[in-house]
Amino acid sequence: MIPRALFITIAIMLVLVIALGFYFRRIQRQAYELEPAATAALPVTPPASGPTESVTLYVADDVAGGLRPQSAKIPLPGGRQQRAEELLRALLRIYQQPGAGHALAAASDIRSVYLVDPGVAVVDLNAAFADQHRSGIMVEQLTVNSLVETLAANVPGISRVSILVEGKPRETLAGHADLTQFFDVQTLAQGVSGQ
Amino acid sequence: MLSTPTNKLLVLLLVMLTLLAAATSADEKQLSVYAPVATYALPIQERSGHEYVGLLELLEPLGRVSSEASTGRWRIRFNAIDAEFAPGKTRARVQGRVTDLTAPFLVENGRGLVSVASLGTLLPRFLGSAVSFHESARRLFIGNVAIRPSLQLVTEPQPHLVVSFGAAVNPTISTEPGKLRMLFKHDPVVGPETSTVSFDSKVITEASFSETNGVAELDIAAAIPLIASFNNNARTITISAAPSVASGNAAGQPAQAAAGTSVAAGTSGAAPPAAGNPTLTAPVPSAPAAVQQNVNRLLAVVDPAHGGDERGAALADNLAEKDVTLGFGRLLRHELEVRGFAVLLLRDGDNALGTDQRAGAANAAHAIVYISLHAVSQGTGAGVYTALLPVTGPNNGTFRAWNSAQASVLSVSRTVESAVASELGKKQFQVREEAASLRPLNNVAMPAIAVELAPGPNGLADLTSASYQQKAAAAIADGINSVRDRLVTQP
Repeated sequence: MIPRALFITIAIMLVLVIALGFYFRRIQRQAYELEPAATAALPVTPPASGPTESVTLYVADDVAGGLRPQSAKIPLPGGRQQRAEELLRALLRIYQQPGAGHALAAASDIRSVYLVDPGVAVVDLNAAFADQHRSGIMVEQLTVNSLVETLAANVPGISRVSILVEGKPRETLAGHADLTQFFDVQTLAQGVSGQ
Repeated sequence: MLSTPTNKLLVLLLVMLTLLAAATSADEKQLSVYAPVATYALPIQERSGHEYVGLLELLEPLGRVSSEASTGRWRIRFNAIDAEFAPGKTRARVQGRVTDLTAPFLVENGRGLVSVASLGTLLPRFLGSAVSFHESARRLFIGNVAIRPSLQLVTEPQPHLVVSFGAAVNPTISTEPGKLRMLFKHDPVVGPETSTVSFDSKVITEASFSETNGVAELDIAAAIPLIASFNNNARTITISAAPSVASGNAAGQPAQAAAGTSVAAGTSGAAPPAAGNPTLTAPVPSAPAAVQQNVNRLLAVVDPAHGGDERGAALADNLAEKDVTLGFGRLLRHELEVRGFAVLLLRDGDNALGTDQRAGAANAAHAIVYISLHAVSQGTGAGVYTALLPVTGPNNGTFRAWNSAQASVLSVSRTVESAVASELGKKQFQVREEAASLRPLNNVAMPAIAVELAPGPNGLADLTSASYQQKAAAAIADGINSVRDRLVTQP
């Protein structure tokens, strides 16, 4: 025989559970309606305007399996941080052109580049950059090498680079390239040049 | 809670059932399967007087396989072969061709069970290669894998029996009065020309071969205690008088005709059996600790990347990187074993392993080389990679920093990388050599490389082609074998 008090308590709890269920369902629906359109539709940040400057971009080539230096004239702002961001965005635009030798998704973008410490750069990629990146040791490593080499060649003083995705650490770029460590510019350059 | 008499009784019952299960498992019937890509054993189940085995489990190590159960039908797809079975019926269709089974097909909890006696006719339809089935012994040989020993009795200076095999073998060796017994549990050893060979010697009198329940047995009868020596990278076993007997009989002359790994086997007791780790298929004989350590120096770790929920790259619509690396890993294991290496395959099924777990297992094994296997759909040929070491703090005394454990052996890793790349090049693979920030390469404290297999001239089809993978695996094994001395002598 179930005591009356216990019966009433269970009944109240059941009513509460059902009510909370309806409440959460409503909140979930509202959140869904508030979600922005698909990530793939995110626009790539437009290039900066202003006087152009000659830079060297290290462009990845899947067929050759390496980087090739490519001169470019791009508008660059004065600040080191903004300069670093525009450099990488210029690099991205090459990869997003039809027929690129190392294609990246159209929605890939550089959220920010932080120069947090003398010699340290932190590159923050958007989610689409990593989520839509092709998976493979070589293709992922080429992307990392290209970003790091381009930064190091054009922003003096950078010796180490860390890569985040949406402001957070991520294990790998797309299943292979380890993003949990700092990339040492010198070590990486030795690796790129064939050890 | 455990204090009540009922609960105590339940716990006692549980313990007894566990012990009973463990005791009976030793006598379980099993089917041993020997194939170029894998050697494995499956449990036999008895139903209505017939012996059955799970068809999906049987085919899984041999290729890509999937099954589907629907009302009245059980379908299976192996590589590109489709087959359909009907529960309770003895007639099946494989690629549209009717095949008769020796007993009704059964479906239990979605698993398709096929009678063991049907395998000799059923499997060739799936595999397209020759299948030799020793039904009474429950030993199944796929392709040309059988190893037939040849026996030669040498009488001078001391009588000894030389048993030669075509490939490295790893028997469990034991003795009993008047006999030395070799049990081949993982080797596709078949009998010599005649099952019993008599010798014209008063010391070693007879050799007899038998096979039962998935295990082959070669017994050497003798009048004195014997010792077994492994030579020629475990391809030859020399059986001679134990040292004490030999010295007593021959006034101090050496008992062993050739140097090698020896297994002492006096009449007082049996040598301990080899370790039972199912993924460690090492040609390591049961041996005294000092000798065992010497043989372990030729241990290679093969690591098929990804697995479980972590599928790796999507190589095609229905082809995940994890599946290609698993098959590729099994082939590489075989190729290394053929060259006399013991191999620890870190993943021999679709199970998930973290990179730290992989590095931990490899480091604990104290192997001489670690090979991580990957696959990719873009590009052609293969890429061979060594670690791109991250910036980390210094080592702390004898403890190595986890993220740069590879640092002290990186130069040897690059030697291995060059050797493997060279052998791949000889086999017409387009090869790249690079450094990559790929875990767990930097966490591994032994020479370590990663190989990423890309399609060949036939495009994506090459990635699932056994011959293409076999060619790549042979090249990798050749490369590692070519620097074997450098690997063994590393600090």
